[in-house]
Amino acid sequence: MNGGKWTLITPDIYLRALGETLQMLGVSLVLGSLLGIVLGAILALTRRGGILQNVPVNIVLGAIVNLVRSLPFIILLVAILPFTRLIVGTSIGVWAAIVPLTVMVAPYIARLVENSLLEVPAGVVEAARAMGASPLQIFWRFLLPEARGSLILALTIATVGLIDATAMAGTVGAGGIGDLALSYGYQRYDGFAMVITCVTLIVLVQGIQAIGSSFARRYRRR
Amino acid sequence: MSTTPAGGIVFEGVTKSYTRRAVTTTALRNVSLQVAAGTVFGVIGYSGAGKSTLIRTVNGLEKPTSGRVLIDGVDISSLRGRELRAAQKSTGMIFQQFNLLDTLTARDNVALPLRLDGVSPADARRRADETLDFVGLSDKGARHPGELSGGQKQRVGIARALARNPRILLSDESTSALDPSTTAQILALLREINREYGTTIVVVTHEMDVIKDLAQEVAVMADGEVVEHGSVLDTFIRPRAAVTRDFVDTIVPRDLPRRVTDHLGGEGLWRMLLLDAEVEQPLVTGLIRDVGVEVNLLHADMTQIQDHTVGQMIIKVSGTPNQLGAARRYLAERVVELEEVVA
Repeated sequence: MNGGKWTLITPDIYLRALGETLQMLGVSLVLGSLLGIVLGAILALTRRGGILQNVPVNIVLGAIVNLVRSLPFIILLVAILPFTRLIVGTSIGVWAAIVPLTVMVAPYIARLVENSLLEVPAGVVEAARAMGASPLQIFWRFLLPEARGSLILALTIATVGLIDATAMAGTVGAGGIGDLALSYGYQRYDGFAMVITCVTLIVLVQGIQAIGSSFARRYRRR
Repeated sequence: MSTTPAGGIVFEGVTKSYTRRAVTTTALRNVSLQVAAGTVFGVIGYSGAGKSTLIRTVNGLEKPTSGRVLIDGVDISSLRGRELRAAQKSTGMIFQQFNLLDTLTARDNVALPLRLDGVSPADARRRADETLDFVGLSDKGARHPGELSGGQKQRVGIARALARNPRILLSDESTSALDPSTTAQILALLREINREYGTTIVVVTHEMDVIKDLAQEVAVMADGEVVEHGSVLDTFIRPRAAVTRDFVDTIVPRDLPRRVTDHLGGEGLWRMLLLDAEVEQPLVTGLIRDVGVEVNLLHADMTQIQDHTVGQMIIKVSGTPNQLGAARRYLAERVVELEEVVA
């Protein structure tokens, strides 16, 4: 069935796919985190009773975040193709996947960051205000350090979510491990390809979760 | 640390109300008080009486809806932004739940207010170590709050509040989460701060014990109003408002069992308070020998209110109406307060 060979994938094919996945993951995680942390901070600080309370900003931003998060990734991916083309000049390949991956993960991270910041006890913020800390100082010197452990866990969750999403990047010809599983393992009945891609994804997720948990433990002193 | 003599607070008709979803709640109603610089001032009341809101107007955490709060003549309630933050640096605050940063060591928690002021890390740590030493935690600087007991956490909180040499220290139920012996240690530390540095201390509490051990003056609050205000000793001897009586009763219980008052109530059932040297008089012997009445001693106790000894006696005196009159005059000359116990 496989032309006599026991598998169709070569080490080259496998390594290229792994590289594509890691590239998509790395770039969209960095960009998405930067964007997500800023958005999450704005969401947490501008809410009613927050140190930079601004209800209109909070409501509008919250609505935008919800809107993006409403779309399943596979739909977001194709729906924003014109935008992707505008940003990276192409609608196929790894970079064409990075744009929607970033757009998908940033609002997700924003909500996780918002949640982490809101978990910091109100008393800590009150103590900060009592000692005359400015809003910026409250954020940098009180909220961010106290939320650190929980933020690392949040980013770990987001990373695992991103790995999930990269599997659909084959739709825009970005390749990656997930695409390998679909195009070889599924469409060409290559059982070995299916197994090796699954194992790769499992190892990747376990590794990321283990690293994230251990950092979170180190930074969460309670 | 240098002594900081100033730190007087004046509340002028302070009212605070919140409106939320068209419902207005009033936390403070026209509160006027004066706290002399260098004194310890207690504010007592049940939860929801407005006492926490009141001390939060002193460091600008709450803004009065009307009225003013003056610190050494400066109207803190009118300041905003940068000016307010500068003024907040002359007050320190400690909290019931300590409100320390769990991710920082004790030393870095104490250094934090100085770091906000732009003090170099080395200088801030040096000052933090001095302050930790003062509160008795010189060996705990490298520990995180999670590794400290409640009393130790509150000491870190106190050191953090003292790091900038504040004129005023605000204490919001700072011993309410602590056990009695730890509470006593923390109160002793606060007394020492007041004595050593002349820091004005405003203590908010629902425990009369704290007032008794610490404050010179007390304001009793109920439903956003100050219902009584005076020296702690006077308040203990002659509480006027019902709330005040309830609080004083927790230290000097005045109630006899119902059965006893039912049987012995009426003429000659008296409660008296004795101050300082008065407690040393042989009053019962005097009543029996000099006045010739029968005396049944029902209750007696004694407590220390700062430098004063306050004794309480409840007695039943029996005799002719003339003898009772004489007994009353005999006691009235010798005790600070005498009253009929009403069944």
